[in-house]
Amino acid sequence: MDLTAQKIGDLRSMLDKKEISAKELTNAYLDRISSVDDKLESFITVTAEAAEKAAEKAQEIINKGEASALCGIPLAIKDNICTDGVKTTCASKMLEDFVPFYNATVMDKLENEGAVMLGKVSMDEFAMGGSTQTSAFKKTKNPYDLGRVPGGSSGGSAAAVSASLCAAALGSDTGGSIRQPSAFCGVTGLKPTYGRVSRYGLIAFASSLDQIGPIAKSAEDCAIILNAIAGYDPHDGTSSKNEVPDFTAKIGQDIKGMKIAVPKEFYAEGIDDEVRNAVLNAADYYKSLGAELVDCSMPSLKYAVASYYLISSAEASSNLSRFDGIKYGHRSEEGENFAELISNSRREGFGEEVKRRIMLGNYALSSGYYDAYYGKAMALKQKIREEYESIFTGCDVILTPTAPTVAYGVNENISDPAKMYQADICTVTVNIASLPGISTTCGYDSKGMPIGMSIIGKKWDEATIIQAADAFEKNFARQNASL
Amino acid sequence: MSAYIPVIGLEVHAELLTKSKVFCTCSAEFGGGKNSRCCPVCSGMPGTLPVINQTAVEYAVKAGFAMGCDINKFSVFDRKNYFYPDLPKAYQISQLNLPLCINGVVPIEYEEDGVKKTKNIRINRIHLEEDAGKLIHDDLNGVSLADYNRCGVPLIEIVTEPDMSSAAEAKAFVEKVSLLLQYAGVCDCKMEQGSIRADVNVSIMKPTDTEFGTRTEMKNLNSIKAIGRAIDFEIYRQGKLLDMGKKVVQETRRFDDNRGETKAMRSKENAHDYRYFPEPDILQVNFTDEQLDAIKNSLPELPAQRIMRYTNEYGLSENDAKILVANKILSDFFDAAVKAYNNPKSICNFINGELMRRINLGERTRENRAFTAEQLAKLVEMADTEKVSKNDAKDIFREMSDKGGDPEVIAKDKGLLISNDLGKVAEVIEKVLAENEKAVAQYKGGDMKVFGFIMGQCTKALKGVCTPKVIKEELEKKLKS
Repeated sequence: MDLTAQKIGDLRSMLDKKEISAKELTNAYLDRISSVDDKLESFITVTAEAAEKAAEKAQEIINKGEASALCGIPLAIKDNICTDGVKTTCASKMLEDFVPFYNATVMDKLENEGAVMLGKVSMDEFAMGGSTQTSAFKKTKNPYDLGRVPGGSSGGSAAAVSASLCAAALGSDTGGSIRQPSAFCGVTGLKPTYGRVSRYGLIAFASSLDQIGPIAKSAEDCAIILNAIAGYDPHDGTSSKNEVPDFTAKIGQDIKGMKIAVPKEFYAEGIDDEVRNAVLNAADYYKSLGAELVDCSMPSLKYAVASYYLISSAEASSNLSRFDGIKYGHRSEEGENFAELISNSRREGFGEEVKRRIMLGNYALSSGYYDAYYGKAMALKQKIREEYESIFTGCDVILTPTAPTVAYGVNENISDPAKMYQADICTVTVNIASLPGISTTCGYDSKGMPIGMSIIGKKWDEATIIQAADAFEKNFARQNASL
Repeated sequence: MSAYIPVIGLEVHAELLTKSKVFCTCSAEFGGGKNSRCCPVCSGMPGTLPVINQTAVEYAVKAGFAMGCDINKFSVFDRKNYFYPDLPKAYQISQLNLPLCINGVVPIEYEEDGVKKTKNIRINRIHLEEDAGKLIHDDLNGVSLADYNRCGVPLIEIVTEPDMSSAAEAKAFVEKVSLLLQYAGVCDCKMEQGSIRADVNVSIMKPTDTEFGTRTEMKNLNSIKAIGRAIDFEIYRQGKLLDMGKKVVQETRRFDDNRGETKAMRSKENAHDYRYFPEPDILQVNFTDEQLDAIKNSLPELPAQRIMRYTNEYGLSENDAKILVANKILSDFFDAAVKAYNNPKSICNFINGELMRRINLGERTRENRAFTAEQLAKLVEMADTEKVSKNDAKDIFREMSDKGGDPEVIAKDKGLLISNDLGKVAEVIEKVLAENEKAVAQYKGGDMKVFGFIMGQCTKALKGVCTPKVIKEELEKKLKS
């Protein structure tokens, strides 16, 4: 049996029954990383030594019979989540040597659970992109076809899970960055409700949209991880004090009578036929399980991408201003004064896509342009929220494709940012409306590439979308990645 | 030079007296070793987030109430973006469109050409923001160093309407605001430590003009004197320009304290575009009526209320009450003394007389006293009950204020305590009269002027035994017999 291909629940029982030790499990993943990651290029940093130590510590807890769900489970962490003493690069030359002296809150929580961190995985630079090809260090490949992208920005996380280089991973999602790579790599990714998981220690891209979440082999595994990382954090004023339920609670419950909305704009022109058909087939499958399909409409969807790129770039332009090479990060050798030094440092430290977004964001916020761009984008945000609210009065969850296409070739699209941005159409509204969304594999195209569908839930109702995704997964045969 | 009407508006920045900073838990105290009071949050490390200090919000609202403002029940923080090495996030968290407080008014009293005047200065807004760090330029080694201790200290910015028309009014306004903030308990207003500082906007117009002239701004003035001088210079400079038919340019100017001049720093064209937008890391502030009432009710006694108490309850004159209240430390000291000895008028006379004299002579500062309010109260009580003479009380006070100590002990040591031993009084007077037969004879012969001489001899001999009043009575009795 291939240990690394197992789900968290199975690993848990093997660990608890002492069929394997935590160290054996960790080493199994470390071995797999050694053997395939030079092809996949998912890890920026592998923390083998620390992982073995953490596994030993976890074993002690297991031996005492005090193990919680993630104790001894090896995970990969997206490289924009701060890890005390471990390089956190955001896949940018700007932070190539940056070692935080503090943990993100989610890391503290995982450590308290006894989870084992295998290392830090690649992403699009500062989480800006959908291909992981803007990474300054590891341009991760798709485990189903090394000639294709893994999606992004959490492409390292999704590829590592898909190729069984870790049991599960943490990603972050600002406009689809967990769900889209999960779809491309044939795994399950959950973007929680905004405020569900603390953002403290997540290097900000767009603060009002960013959310940390799990990427795993199943919806159930996502729920197990969300259980560990969710909850109010006094260090994040936007984290919610709402009660945190057990996200696995509804798993296995009958979905008979569940109302699933199918908003027509998400299936319109621009969505690849094979993708549309696969998602609609899934809808039919739900119907066969007793769910009720509801037609609905989101007229503002056509403005969503523009609105998203204005808001996220505006926030990013401000969030990324602190990278001036003065206190940490890349500092240019050239520069006669402060202004020259920081502009040189930023010119050298940031990649093209990051610079494009900073320019766009600054433009949108500039006096004289604010109302026309940022102001309008905020008005659209309000509109999109209202449309979701209206749809949710008649349904429990919403079903959409996760991305218009399957994973594309590593050299496609890169040169056309507008086309790249448009590919986010299926995912960005969920962030704009602060909703939870989960992507799971619903089929494969003619070339065997995975197709993802997204289930969007009401605010704070992750449990129901997990239930719905799990109900599909239970009767769906996933095809393993070729790598 | 023809006559112009100056139009002056102020932005006063005051650091709030909270224990911790506005967005993290670091100490907000002044000073400390370089970069000893900062953390990942206030030094702008990646991934860190600001969390609002509720006490700072409350203090800002208190300042608003003290200045008669309306409080916005719904208030929003915004990011003000600019690059500067003292600002580690490269944006300042501030408030643009929905500040905590709006529409206030601060009454001022000031003197102009020897005439006392009053005026109401309208407050446009008070908003909460964070202070920046400090840069230290080491020219010797050609480096600039940043100290982030001040980074994230809560600041309120008080923005006036352009309601002032002279340096005297502006100075009176800043003094009044300082007083209100001190009484509200939200700022110590130590200008020398930078805990309160002001930006000044000045323009001038002809009496016939219907629109304001072009304004200039002087930033970061850190003394009342500098505020007055900067305004006077700017009014003079702008007047000269207009007289010569030139135009005033809208710009930011630096006030050079040594030269007493302002110099152009940055024109409107080169002004920063701060690219403000709502701060996504901080939730909007929402107040209920109950919360606002609770803050209002927690507001300490303000100057106007205290003057009322002094005049109505204590019977002090309005002038005396104002002198006391004009300095919170003095006024608090007065209150403590009254607590120990309930004779406000006497204590007020002593403080406004003797203590103020010492302060005005520069022998003492208001803050630095060697004695306690209780000790002062005791001294005043001793004088009132004739345990020491009024004159001796002044000597005792001088000793107390130089070296400190209990007034009774000092009086005893100096032999100034009055024993009121009437037997001894009679005995000593008899002795003095016996020693001055000639003078006594003169007095009895009708030369009343000599009484003073005899009285003086008795007083000298009876030092510390009784008051001059008792001596006089006894002496008159003896001389008549």
